[in-house]
Amino acid sequence: MRARRRQRLLIILAMLALAAIAAGLMLYALRSNINLFFSPVQVVAGEAPLGRPIRAGGLVAEGSVERDPQSLDIRFSVTDHVESIEVRYSGILPDLFREGQGVVVLGELQPGGWVRAEEVLARHDENYMPPEVAEALKEAGHAPEDYRDKAAEVGQRLDSRQRADQE
Amino acid sequence: MLIEMIPEVGLFALIIALLMAVIQGTVPLVGAATRHPLWMAYARPMASGQFAFVLLAYACLTASYMLDDFSVATVANNSNSMLPWYYKFSAVWGNHEGSMLLWSLILAGWTFAVGHASRALPHDILARVLGVMGLVSSGFLAFVLLTSNPFARLLPDVPADGSDLNPLLQDVGLIIHPPMLYMGYVGFSVVFAFAIAALLSGRLDAAWTRWVRPWTNIAWAFLTLGIALGSWWAYYELGWGGWWFWDPVENASLLPWLAGTALIHSLAVTEKRGAFKSWTLLLAISTFSLSLLGTFLVRSGVLTSVHAFANDPSRGVFILMLLGLTVGASLLLFALRAPRVGQRVGFTGLSRDTLLLVNNLLLVIMTVSVLLGTIYPLLLDALGLGKISVGAPYFNSLFVPLTVLLCLFMGLGPVSQWKRTPARALWRHCWPSAVLAVVIAALVPLIYRGAWNPRVSLGLAAALWILLPMLKGLVVRIRQGTSWRAGLRRLSLAYWGMLVAHLGVAVTIIGVSVVANYSIERNVRMAEGDTATLAGYTFTLTELGKRRGANFVADTARLEVRHQGQSQGFVMTPEKRLYLATGMPMTDVALRPGLWRDLYVAMGEELEDGSWALRLQYKPLVRWLWLGALLMAVGGLLAVVDRRYRRRRRSAHHGAEETPA
Repeated sequence: MRARRRQRLLIILAMLALAAIAAGLMLYALRSNINLFFSPVQVVAGEAPLGRPIRAGGLVAEGSVERDPQSLDIRFSVTDHVESIEVRYSGILPDLFREGQGVVVLGELQPGGWVRAEEVLARHDENYMPPEVAEALKEAGHAPEDYRDKAAEVGQRLDSRQRADQE
Repeated sequence: MLIEMIPEVGLFALIIALLMAVIQGTVPLVGAATRHPLWMAYARPMASGQFAFVLLAYACLTASYMLDDFSVATVANNSNSMLPWYYKFSAVWGNHEGSMLLWSLILAGWTFAVGHASRALPHDILARVLGVMGLVSSGFLAFVLLTSNPFARLLPDVPADGSDLNPLLQDVGLIIHPPMLYMGYVGFSVVFAFAIAALLSGRLDAAWTRWVRPWTNIAWAFLTLGIALGSWWAYYELGWGGWWFWDPVENASLLPWLAGTALIHSLAVTEKRGAFKSWTLLLAISTFSLSLLGTFLVRSGVLTSVHAFANDPSRGVFILMLLGLTVGASLLLFALRAPRVGQRVGFTGLSRDTLLLVNNLLLVIMTVSVLLGTIYPLLLDALGLGKISVGAPYFNSLFVPLTVLLCLFMGLGPVSQWKRTPARALWRHCWPSAVLAVVIAALVPLIYRGAWNPRVSLGLAAALWILLPMLKGLVVRIRQGTSWRAGLRRLSLAYWGMLVAHLGVAVTIIGVSVVANYSIERNVRMAEGDTATLAGYTFTLTELGKRRGANFVADTARLEVRHQGQSQGFVMTPEKRLYLATGMPMTDVALRPGLWRDLYVAMGEELEDGSWALRLQYKPLVRWLWLGALLMAVGGLLAVVDRRYRRRRRSAHHGAEETPA
């Protein structure tokens, strides 16, 4: 009986040890693969780390998109209508990428203050302001009145221009 | 007149269905607890009635879509008079309200099926099973009626036309993907209900597992197909050529699949050996809870993706409460009653039982790691600790090694014996396969590409390690018969099911390792007349044009593709569409599918000088991913039609007419 109980105790201890190792490895993997989100205000304030993957988001600034005529290199500014940062990317942009629209770029912040993007995600938002960016602006002490009307005005103007182009 | 009343009829039908579900969820349970046969007898008629009325409600909603009744808000928001009829039909579940109604319909359908296929069940068990399903159903019907009424009207300002279905959802894959996925999600409610019934009654025997296993397999097979369809859809529809993004929504469907896979294997041990009883019950509860969690993640708007249709906090709170109630109540019940159900059967050393235990542990670790990566960002966000996202590297760095480890035990499981396997016999059976697997896996990349590739080799070795011992076991079993034919006839369908499903896993693993390591992608800038080469294929852009579709305008490209040294080429025509009603652009990729490789061309964007950015991709063995999933599903279903489930039913009927499985 005692031998059996000891055997059971050993099994339980072994399982606990395994679980602890698994949990440790998981947390380690998690820590090294977390991408924090930063808005232009936060990037300019120096809150974003250099040389590790971050997500940065905002709106594609009006008239900022510049394509290299030979290759697929592109540069554009991402703005929250308070600050803006330059993004460089090479490749094909998503369908919804357009001036005045919200984007999130995944990439690394470079010492020159620009972001080398590995991936660009775009999405349409009725308020022309991604919620994460609005929150970051609020934390930086900017009232919604500072940027909301401007963002909506620019967004709507660019959208209607695009529609006119297509018709 | 009649047409205008359809939504009201649907709403009333839904309310009646809710009332019936509430009765189904209370009276039979009380009846079973107090041993009132009459009260228990309420279960089946209520289940049938509930199904009939939810079906009626669903038919009414579909009718509103088909007849373009834009006074109904969901129709106006998600359909359009120009939409082809089959997309109107599928637009019903292309939005939050409709998809929750579909969920309820499928739940009612499963309940109805359980009520009719399980006539031979003891009355109290059937009453409890249907009662639990009635409770779940009440929760969801109340959710639909209180927070997401699909029949809400836009009166008196009826729009002239609808604002169209999201173009991404206008696709054949999306017609069948959600119903399949829901069949899987909701199907796990059956085994959940059986688990709760077992806890309530304190009875869990071999008969119980034989009742539960076919239902679990069917649900699991549907979920497998649903996930595969989702991945296939993302592959050709999103225009990136990726097939799994570790997106929270994908993870939400993978979680119950992983737990369900563990459950299937744990049920096998419970049936054959009477062991792992409490563990099986816990897995049954977890699997369905993870299905609910998936629904919560996708439906509550906490995630931003194609799937998150609307953000309404009250919905999120409601589903979270439903989830908390289900998980909390069932775990409490488990804690109170599991010791009564559990029964110790000793097993020692090496045996199929032990191997399946290890398999279960690994699958649970995989589930937990995916769960952690999926909800960690949400938790941090909810606690106000910052916005983060967990990248694909996290999932890959945990999932890949765990899968390899799982394969290691998967190779041994099917060829070992219950209770006790002599290690020496296992070693004798397996070592030639191991050597062969390693040698082939190491050489294939060398022959195929002329260079070593440890990652591909690892994947191939894992897949071969699953296959070879199993095939050898098959040959041994066939030889045990007096002749080949007699030997074949001795094999049960359950065995074939296991074989086919494991073959599916191997095929998927081969596909994943090859496509992840040998895909070639090029983004090129092309004007008319330009040529690009990729993996021995030459792509010549011959023509750029425009065309008008039913509800979109499109820029089109025509590429002539030729394989090296072949005179015969073929044509690929990708498009970039702009959907008129929503103004949403969309990439329509051109695919040249094949068993050995896919060619993939997507139009990126037009550049200033009139040339286009094109994405060319060469994807070897990408079809194997979904072929493997199909095999897994077929395997799961083959096991369901195994003779022993039917025989059990017949003997319970005392020779009465047999109900088909």
